[in-house]
Amino acid sequence: MLKEITILSFGGQGGVTAARILALAAVKDGKFAQAIPQFGAERRGSLVRSYLRLSDREIRRHSSIRKADVVSIFAEKILKMVELKDYLKENGIVIINSETGGDYCVNASEIALSLNLVSAGWPIVNTAMAGAMAKVLGISMDSLLKAINETFHGKLAESNSKAAEKAYEVVHKCR
Amino acid sequence: MRTIMTGNQAVAEAVKLAKTEVIAAYPITPQTVIVEKLAEMVDSGELDAEFIRVESEHSALASVYGSAVAGKRSFTATSSHGLLYMYEMVWWVANARVPLVMSVVTRTIGPPWNIHTDHTDILTMRDSGWIISMAENVQEAFDLTIQGFKICEELSLPFTAGMDAFQLSHTSEVVDLPDQETVDEFLPERKQSYVFGDEDFTVGSIGPNEYTFKLRKDTFETMLKAEKVVEKVSREYEELTGRNCGLFEEYKLDDAEYAIVMMGAWSGDAKDAIDELRREGIPIGLLKLRYVRPMPRKIKRVLEGKEVLVLDRDCSMGVGGILGLELKSFVDNVSNVIAGVGGVDVGVEELVKMFSLFVEGKLEETWWFV
Repeated sequence: MLKEITILSFGGQGGVTAARILALAAVKDGKFAQAIPQFGAERRGSLVRSYLRLSDREIRRHSSIRKADVVSIFAEKILKMVELKDYLKENGIVIINSETGGDYCVNASEIALSLNLVSAGWPIVNTAMAGAMAKVLGISMDSLLKAINETFHGKLAESNSKAAEKAYEVVHKCR
Repeated sequence: MRTIMTGNQAVAEAVKLAKTEVIAAYPITPQTVIVEKLAEMVDSGELDAEFIRVESEHSALASVYGSAVAGKRSFTATSSHGLLYMYEMVWWVANARVPLVMSVVTRTIGPPWNIHTDHTDILTMRDSGWIISMAENVQEAFDLTIQGFKICEELSLPFTAGMDAFQLSHTSEVVDLPDQETVDEFLPERKQSYVFGDEDFTVGSIGPNEYTFKLRKDTFETMLKAEKVVEKVSREYEELTGRNCGLFEEYKLDDAEYAIVMMGAWSGDAKDAIDELRREGIPIGLLKLRYVRPMPRKIKRVLEGKEVLVLDRDCSMGVGGILGLELKSFVDNVSNVIAGVGGVDVGVEELVKMFSLFVEGKLEETWWFV
């Protein structure tokens, strides 16, 4: 079955990379996957949408995702900027980088900071959020770690792997 | 090897596996990543090619024109305004019968400034003598690029492999890449059809008008022959990889009373839309064009007796969609709709609505679908 996921993040938080890593991990699990970055006036600090499709069958469509089955929110502040119902199907699931405000919560910023995943003063939460999303979406940790290690190298691969593992472990239902 | 890749990465891999010897390109969004990847491959020694940095698209195509005339397998890539800037060379390369491959990542022509897909840019090449193909997905972007080298070298005509901006160029999806051995078996070293020094000949010189006339007629006839060459090369590729990339694809067309004709990445959305309508019992199918030149004439037979809707992501002002115009010239019962121009997102939802209106007979001719 086709599952559609929209990631809402700020430019620089790594939403596009998270979608790609999760797509790669799903393919390693033997599934079909597609990651689409939404290009426009995106830049550091602005709201960025990235799309992820997962399926057991070939994914043929290439249009953007309108209302997703799952919305992943990389910063609590984004909730105040968008109408969630514009992005999410009725009964859809929200995964959020926060202690409250979604169906599944994970403090990805704290995990990123604890592992020194910081760029220009910002916690880079993409791999922590990818870990939490993998848990909720049923993507294996093994494949996720392989995907992370193909994306990052050396020390960065190590700390990003740790971030994903930690988030996978601590993400919890919060509604 | 099964993995995920963006269209741009996949095309760069195809160019590498084809053992391309000369690459020249000028960056333009959304094509830039192709030549960036190729530059990295040349720099790391992964690809043994000459990478020529140029100051414009005109010079990019002029450079590979020269290298291809000299017998080297050559590649360039561009989009939209870049294509228009090299337009003089587009014709020069075709009229001089120079075999080379160019990737065109289709992008809207401004103003307003716009980086998203429509098909008007690649269709400006329609009458020039290039072989023009268009991919539905990243896999086809890869496959068509590899096959393009063989096709262009057999026909002595330039080949363009088109793919939609962002929907393919920047979208990561599943691809299965053949290994070097398989590609080598499919694509032998390039053979030059003439050798410098053997006899006197000229390239791109002046001549009597009758020569020009004869050369155009010859290209015209080669384009007719190209249908068979594309099918032959596509069968050879299928034998090695299991994937057919022929002139067009039929989807649920056998028993269809209604047929959609289109090309590019949104054909995938159309397949999903057709599945939805089929579940409601509507006998509808898709004919996806992979090639515009040569125009596969046998689709006339395939579409016979069906109500046909041609969907264009491009237009000819005041007349209709460009593919619509083409199909109307030799297929009966053709309606035409223009949609998605300027990168406007058209998904399964809109296509279901559009196809339903078509089936109900409520579609206006040359309708701009909003």
